Order: sequence, then structure tokens, then C-alpha cells
Amino acid sequence: MSKPEAVKEPSMDMQKAMIARNYEAITSKHETGRKVSNTFVPGNLNELLMCFDIVNNLPEINAIQAGMRKASGGYIMEAEKSGHSEDVCTYVKADIGQMSKGNIAPNGKPYPVPDVLMLSYTGCYTFMKWFELLREEYKCPTLMLHVPYEGDGHSTKNMRDYIVKQLKEVVIPGLEQVSGVKFDIDRLRQYLKNSAKAEDDLVWCLEQGKVKPSPIDAYFGGVYYIGPIFTAFRGTEDAVSYYEMLRKEVQGRIENHQGPMTPEGTYFNDQKYRLIVEGPPNWTNFREFWKMFYDEGAVVVASSYTKVGGLYDQGFRHDPDNPLESLADYCLGCYTNLNLPTRVDLLAKYVEEYEADGLLINSIKSCNSFSAGQLMIMKEVERRTGRPGAFIETDLVDPRYFSAANVKNRLESYFQMIEQKRRGGGSKTVAA
Amino acid sequence: MRCFIGIDLGSTTTKAVVMDENLQILGRGITNSRSNYDTAAAVSKQEALIDTRLTLFRRALGGVPEVAGKVDDILSDLERNFRHVQFLEQLEDLQQTCIANIKGPRFAGREKTVIEALEGTFSRLRDSSAKQYAPGVKRKSDFFRDLAGAEFMSHGEAVCKEAGLGFDLILNVYDKSIIEVENRPPSGDMEGKFVRALEKGTMTGSSILAPVQSALAIPLEETYVVGTGYGRVRLPFPKEHIRSEILCHGLGAHMMYPETRTVLDIGGQDTKGIQVDPVGIVENFQMNDRCAAGCGRYLGYIADEMNMGLHELGPLAMKSNKQVRINSTCTVFAGAELRDRLALGEKREDILAGLHRAIILRAMSILSRAGGVKDQFTFTGGVAKNEAAVRELRKLIKENYGDVTINIDPDSIYTGALGGATFAVRAVVN
Ligand code: SF4
Repeated sequence: MSKPEAVKEPSMDMQKAMIARNYEAITSKHETGRKVSNTFVPGNLNELLMCFDIVNNLPEINAIQAGMRKASGGYIMEAEKSGHSEDVCTYVKADIGQMSKGNIAPNGKPYPVPDVLMLSYTGCYTFMKWFELLREEYKCPTLMLHVPYEGDGHSTKNMRDYIVKQLKEVVIPGLEQVSGVKFDIDRLRQYLKNSAKAEDDLVWCLEQGKVKPSPIDAYFGGVYYIGPIFTAFRGTEDAVSYYEMLRKEVQGRIENHQGPMTPEGTYFNDQKYRLIVEGPPNWTNFREFWKMFYDEGAVVVASSYTKVGGLYDQGFRHDPDNPLESLADYCLGCYTNLNLPTRVDLLAKYVEEYEADGLLINSIKSCNSFSAGQLMIMKEVERRTGRPGAFIETDLVDPRYFSAANVKNRLESYFQMIEQKRRGGGSKTVAA
Repeated sequence: MRCFIGIDLGSTTTKAVVMDENLQILGRGITNSRSNYDTAAAVSKQEALIDTRLTLFRRALGGVPEVAGKVDDILSDLERNFRHVQFLEQLEDLQQTCIANIKGPRFAGREKTVIEALEGTFSRLRDSSAKQYAPGVKRKSDFFRDLAGAEFMSHGEAVCKEAGLGFDLILNVYDKSIIEVENRPPSGDMEGKFVRALEKGTMTGSSILAPVQSALAIPLEETYVVGTGYGRVRLPFPKEHIRSEILCHGLGAHMMYPETRTVLDIGGQDTKGIQVDPVGIVENFQMNDRCAAGCGRYLGYIADEMNMGLHELGPLAMKSNKQVRINSTCTVFAGAELRDRLALGEKREDILAGLHRAIILRAMSILSRAGGVKDQFTFTGGVAKNEAAVRELRKLIKENYGDVTINIDPDSIYTGALGGATFAVRAVVN
């Protein structure tokens, strides 16, 4: 029996069409002659790539796509067969394994050999090793933009200058060479203007998590909301219209006192628990995972994962007046580039500002970048806010590491624990 | 009287606790969890209600001066007779079921002989059952299947031999039928059975009869039932009657030891470290991840590997005086490591001691992730019965957390059900 199709909202359909167009652009590079760059989500330089007519291909997104289509398990096994360790980030293994299985994109056509690897962010060291592997395979040039880690919690002018210098001296000349297109800073300014517009609308949408009932789910719904802006569309007109549309949808739900729509097509209005979630979601069992939340009445009002590609809600915007500097600031401020105290501050602030019941951490087995320090983060946020935290463990795209019974057990215990705390003892019914 | 019931449907056993509205435990019941969760819940509940009756009898007899000092004997006599009545009833059911199952080509033309053999067997079983329930005899098991099974084998073989019939014929019918009988919820007429037990017994004196009968007349009214445990979603209860086992264990431990702040539960499927506040509310918990390594199931696996019974592991490990270091608490690798060690000539007790340590080390890591061990510390779950595991735990707790009080209740298997029953009381009374 096939599963019922997920119900989609207009913005989701629009996003789907955008993604399909991008895959088409990637896989038809030989026909169109356009150059392709592989790059990562956090700190990506999409607007800059657009200035050189380069198409943006994101291996993390490809791994997520494979995970949601239930293909990642096979790819991971394939990668392990060729010697990749069990504990390595499963995005990497899904990507590598996919190569040895024909490297087929979701549109059925093979991914092309990229013309350049644009490595613009190093908050996660896995990125470097990952592109080392791809470079071996594809024998294409790698442009590396080194982003200093914000070890003491903030960036300095020095760090920014250092990035701008690299952009001027290494990245831009490199991209010119790969593409044969001359860099035009006014073109970049125009794209950045679009980015800022879309970012405004995205932030507005995410902040509506403060409304009760929340018209959005800032984790499961949130990963769709951030799709265009964190990937190949930031800077495009498409992204601007997408976020306008999204904003109208959210506005509409607020007016009707509606919660977000679940994949089953119902509005999730009966919200009993408001959560802040830290850590990436699980993609192989995404809908099942989400269902465990809304079935119990838990809505996520803010999450850190929706900030991996930029902390726009903390005030950052791409700035057409300072184009290269704002690209530098953007790279510096991505969530994974923040030190632990800064993450704790942010999460504790979310708990307060969004009037959440507590912080839930989804610890990802194979992502060191996110998982290190998470228990400490939980304890610290608990201590500061006085609200209970909880810890679950899954994986990104490795289906072997999603144990539904185990996750459900912990989630239910957590929700009941919140309930019990609210009542200061046993309760007649679970409903608030 | 109003009764509040907690049922903990575990992966191997199902437990029930009955409480009154003053949070006093009235009765406990246990049965093995079968594939049929409804039955397991019904059986454990009924067992707990039987135990509740006995508590009520005890209370009633407590006020009778003539029996002072003899109440224990009287009650054990009553329970013995009750169990016997119950056994005979189930035996009757089994006989009828067996007879009904004599069908198909295998039995063609031989039905009558087989029925006669069965009747003969059951009649001997009934006779010999009196011995099993005689005063002072220790029964080998509490489960009908075990008690009836052994006797059926010996009597059945004898009867068939005399009749010149192959034993496998009636054994086949028996195997099929015992499952049916076991999965049939017990008949509800508990009071009737007690009356018959009373009649069977020697307690004819009106000084006993009257109070017992008046205790028997108290209606046990099922006011609220809360279910928990791994099988909880399968329990035939509405959602608001279901509580997670983490909360139930936390609260149950608090009921047993109000001063407890940290609880460790090592069950068949998982290990939990729980912190509770002064009123029994869970503050924090951590669990093992997806795999059940280091839990009861792991020990079961080791026992199988070593060709031993689960209950023999602890005592053997206690004999060790040199611990072998076991690196793997992974169920899959442990077998290989075990065989390796044996091949290297290590002694079984030393290997087992190492295994117990490995399990407890893993539990210690879960505990520290849940925020460490605070005074008082309560250890629950099946592994709490294993002396070698307890020895390691005591050692490691002392090394890491100093002198904290360690509680291990002999009834700790009922912790989850106790928490459930407490929730049930609170749901109604508060
Ligand atoms: S941040 Fe985590 S998920 Fe992303 S590439 Fe690094 S290890 Fe993998």
C-alpha cells in the first residue's frame, strides 16, 4: 500500500518547482554550457556565484533529497563498503555512495562533474574532507574561503577584513577564471537587495512563532521555509516572490487562528506544548517524526536548525551598500560557527521570547559539529530558564539510526513531564 | 471500595498494583506478557485484585482476638485453597479445550480413544493437584502453564502407555490448547472462588468465617486504571489513561523511598537514569540510545551464549576474583568477544564479572548524562536482582559519588505499576 501523498500549500508547490528547475539547470549543463559549482549550505555565496552565471549544486541538499526518497540507506552502505567509517557524517556517505551508484539527480539525470568546488565555510571540518574526496573524484579546482571561528563569541573587524581580502584575491578571480565572466559589483548589489527583501519576509514568518496558537512549525515546517534562502535561490526574484507568498499564507493562518498545516492536510490548532528545538531533523523518517509531535500537541515555535544558513532573526541582512563585507558577516554568523556560550544564549533567549515550555535537543549521531556540547547546552538552558529540557537521538539520513519506539518513548515522557510540572503533580487528563 | 490500578506492560512480564484512595498498596499481581496484551493486562489486574482480597482479609482478621498470631497461617491456607480452586477451574477449561481440538485426519477413527486417554490423564491430574497445593508444599511456579505442563507429561505418558496409544497424539492437542487457555482472560468470579476455598479449608470457626465473609462482601470498584510500559500503546485504555514509564518509574520510586532523588532502572529493553524532585516529579531523564546493549536483553543473550540460565549469571560472577576487561557492551559483538575470551582460557566467572562491570559502566554513563547520582539513589528493574550487577554498582557509585544511600526494594519489579496506580489516585482524588 502506498502512503497517502503529503498535502501541500501553494508555497510548497512553488518551492518544489524552483528546486526542480535548479536540478534541471544542474543536469543540463552540457546542453546549456553553464558552469556548475558544488558548495555547502552554511555560509554559501549564492549571490556571488550568480554573478558568474554559475549554477549552484549543494551536496547536503542532495543527501537530504536522497534521505526523503528513502534512497540514502543504500548509498550509505555503498560508501561504507568502500571504506568510509560508520561514524562519519551520513550526508557525506550518502553523497559518496550515490556517486558509485550512477550519481543520479532527483530528475533522473546524472549529476555532472562540477566545474568548481566552492568551499566557503569551515565551521564544520567535515566540509574540508568532503571536498577533498570530491576533488579526488572530479579533478576540478577548489576555491577555499576560510572563515575564522568565533571562538570568543563575536567577530572582529580583522576577521571581516580577512574574509573580504580572500574574496577579492582568491574567490572572485577564481570564479572569473572558471566561468569566463567578468565580475560586476553592481550585479552583486542587485542580488543582495533581493536577498535582503526575502530575508525580511522570512524573519517575519519565523517570528510569528510567538503568536498563540503558533501559525508555523519552526522546525518541521521551518525546514521548508528556509529552503530557498539557504540554497540556490537567495538573491533571485524567485526567492523574493516565494517569501511574499509564504508571508501571506502565514498571515492568513494568523487571521483564522490557525496553526501550521500538517502533511495530512489538517491545521494543527490544538497546541498543548510549545518547544524550542536544537539540532538538525531526521530526514529518512521525517513525516513519522513530525507526526510524533503534532499527535501529542507539540508545536515547535523556534529552532536553531533554521539558522544554520544565517541568523537573520538576530538582525543580519545582506547589504547592497557593503556587498563583500556583508558576505563576510554572513559567513561569520552562521549557527555552526558560533561558540557554545553563544548558542546557549540564543537558545535560552528563544525559550523566553517564544514562551516555550522547554528545549528539546535532537542529537545527530553522525554530526559532530552540532552534537558536541549539546548536553551541556541543554543543562545550561534548563538552569537559566527553569524549564525542562530533553534529549533524543536520531541521525540525518541513516535509516538504521532512527528507532521510532525509542524516540517516541522519550518524546511522550518529555511532554508528560512538562504537563506534570505545570500541574505540580499528577493530572486528570493530559490536555491543558 | 474505590480501587486505583496501575498496569505496567513490560516486554517480558506485566505487573499490576492496586491502591486505595489513601495511596495504600492493597495488592500486587504479575504475569508473563504474552502476545496478547489484553490478556496480560487482565490477568495481572486480576492477580492484583486477588492479592487485594487477601489484604482485606488480613485487615478483617486483625480485629479478631481469637486468631491473634495465627493470621499468617490462616491466610496462607486460604490462598492455597483459592489457588487450588483456580487451578482446577483452569484444568477443567483445558480439558474441554483439548477435547474440542480433537479434529482432523490425524485423529480420524481414533477420537474416542484419544478422548478417553485425555479424560484419564486429566482425572489423574486433578487427583495429584491436591498434593501440589498441600500445606507446606512449595510450588515450582505461579504460572498455570508450568504447573499443569509438567504433570500432564508424566500422567499423559503413563495413561497412553497403558492404552497402547502414542503420546504425541495427546501432546499435540495439549500444545494447541494450552495456548488458547492461557490467552483466555480468567473468569471473573473471584468471590465465588474464595467462597469455595473457604469451604475447602479448615476455617469453619465463625470467628473467622464472619470477618472473612464481610471482607469478601466489600465491592472492589475499579475507579481509575493507568497503563504504562513498553506495551502501553497496546493497552485497551484511552490515551489519557496512559503514562510514560519514565514518569511512572520516577513516581513509583518516590512512593517507595520519598527521599530518593536519582533512580536507575535497568529493564529488559532499556536503561533509564531519572532525577526526581521531592514530590516525585521527574526533573530530567536519559536513556540508552537505539540499541539495547547493556540491558536485561543483553544478559539474556550472554546466558544463551554460555548455555546458562539468566538467574545463574550473577551468582557465578560473584565467584570471580579476577575481573576480565570486556570492551563491548554491544550485544552483537559481545558474543564474539565472549568466545574469544573463553578460547584464551579465561574462566567463565571472571568473564562474567567483566560483563557485569561493562553493563554497569554503561549505566553510569547514562546516570552522569542525566545529571549524576544524588542522595538517595534507588535501583530498580530486573537487573537489580542480580547480585553481581549490584556489587559493581555499589562500588562505582561510591567511587564516583561518595556515600549516597542506595535503595533496592525486593518489590522493585512493581515500581512502574506503583507509579501508575499513584497517577490513577491523583487523577481522581486531587
Ligand atoms: S555540520 Fe554536521 S551534518 Fe553538516 S556536514 Fe558537518 S557533520 Fe555533516
